[in-house]
Amino acid sequence: MNIVVPIKQVPDLVEELEIDGSGKDLNREWLKNKVNEFDDHALEEALLYKEANGGTVTAIALDSDDIEKALFAAAAKGADKVVKVTGDFGGAVSSHTAAKALADAIQSIGFDIVMTGVQAVDDRDGQIAGLLAGHLGAANVNVVTSVEKDADGLVIHKEYSGGVVAEFETSTPVVLGIQAAKETPRYVPVAKIRKASRGLTIDEIAASGSADAGSEVSRMFKPEGGAGAEMLGDDAEAAATKIMEILTSKGIK
Amino acid sequence: MSNIYVIVEHFKGQVEDITFEMMGKAKELGDVTAVLIGAKDLASQLGGASKIICVDDPSLNNFNPEAYCKSVDAVVAAGSPDMVLVGNTSMGMDIAAGLSVSQNMPLVAYATEISSGSVVSQLYGGKMNVESSVSGACVVSVLAGSFPADAGRSDGSPVVEDMAAPDLSGLSVKFRKLIEPEGGDVDITAQEVLVSAGRGIQNEDNVPMVEELAAKLGGAVSCSRPIVDNKWLGKTRQVGKSGLKVKPKLYLALGISGAPEHIEGMKDAELIIACNTDPNAPIFEYAHYGCTADLFDLIPALSGKM
Repeated sequence: MNIVVPIKQVPDLVEELEIDGSGKDLNREWLKNKVNEFDDHALEEALLYKEANGGTVTAIALDSDDIEKALFAAAAKGADKVVKVTGDFGGAVSSHTAAKALADAIQSIGFDIVMTGVQAVDDRDGQIAGLLAGHLGAANVNVVTSVEKDADGLVIHKEYSGGVVAEFETSTPVVLGIQAAKETPRYVPVAKIRKASRGLTIDEIAASGSADAGSEVSRMFKPEGGAGAEMLGDDAEAAATKIMEILTSKGIK
Repeated sequence: MSNIYVIVEHFKGQVEDITFEMMGKAKELGDVTAVLIGAKDLASQLGGASKIICVDDPSLNNFNPEAYCKSVDAVVAAGSPDMVLVGNTSMGMDIAAGLSVSQNMPLVAYATEISSGSVVSQLYGGKMNVESSVSGACVVSVLAGSFPADAGRSDGSPVVEDMAAPDLSGLSVKFRKLIEPEGGDVDITAQEVLVSAGRGIQNEDNVPMVEELAAKLGGAVSCSRPIVDNKWLGKTRQVGKSGLKVKPKLYLALGISGAPEHIEGMKDAELIIACNTDPNAPIFEYAHYGCTADLFDLIPALSGKM
């Protein structure tokens, strides 16, 4: 099985997000990025599948800041091949644009299974897995939490609400949007990533076709929210005292 | 008048609330056609629509991503909707993006507000809203909880139109079975007090501290999705979209930022107290009380007072 895992970087939400001068995008100058956590789970599930059943895992990403580091990390974790799709992918790239570029590249590499994160914090114009499947002419299942080999193909678990899981069997090719891997995504220390980067070539494929979102961002704004919380400050002792008063007054403690 | 298609989501013989939310909103925007794939008997619940298009076939009895995609595709291709509303849910995610590609219609996801030509999406874990302008026919996937479901329930008598299923032979994906969540654990939906742990608890070793606090408050531990994805707590403890909806008397959220998927599961709790060091965490918009103390200081401080 050739498993291809598209990964991407997203803003780290631990940092405060600011809107840029255009009022339509994040101020990206000081933005800290990290690999989309669901992509991390997709890579983990792909590696677990390979370790159990053989095959190859290829991590692929659109060219962007720091993407080499993310691809080297994927290699250090066990990806056999890492591929960068080159083209103009600075700033906010729409899901439709990304999916078309990735689909063309994946088509040229060849694949049996695509596993990618079920969603990302910034995929305004749709989750990438479904768009990829559309371009690749493959079936698509999302919110997947387990991929196992079966005599005739794959057995996959898809999560519904309330903790109910649906089991499907599927043949390949297939595109899966991964919610969570069976195991916690493995951690690789920086030293190992550095080691993996030595002598490793990132294959490059130039983006061919293009597609756009068909919609445009007209405005970005912070949510106003509801009534909002009454804030009890940042001092743990004082906050704890107030919380206990609140609980007592409500008859909870 | 705009022609709006609403893709009906149903599970175990019930129309899901997200469908009524979308129908209510769609009625404000135009003429509503409910697209009902499988389960034709549910048409009687869809009085809020002016028309229902039913595609039924034995292979559509259980949700099958591939079969449902093909069916929705056929319905949309045969009509000319100005807008197609799909839930941004587990099932809806299997439909919306594929439809966008096959019908060459733009898609705007995570919608919380829709008007003619413009859609607001909730992005970045609920920290930013983004308004998109769309011209022409489009697909919009809607976040559950964005619109009142009651607005989509009514007793009208829509025209019911049957449409033959597309060719569903040779599907790659086959439904096998549903797996219900394991029992035996604490039922968090029945607890009056929940102490809920999020990413902020940092690692598995800190789970017992939260459990201890929950026990002192006479409640149980629940958590947000990352805790379950990392296997620090079982699936039975997960609150939110893919977990359980809870309404305890007290929901104490520790280190939970408040992504929309989590909020969906706990916003109706009677009293929500949240602790997160990020003063901009969306959880504070839904909490009644909040504090920005370090939760590793707050937990012992609270325990010490009991």
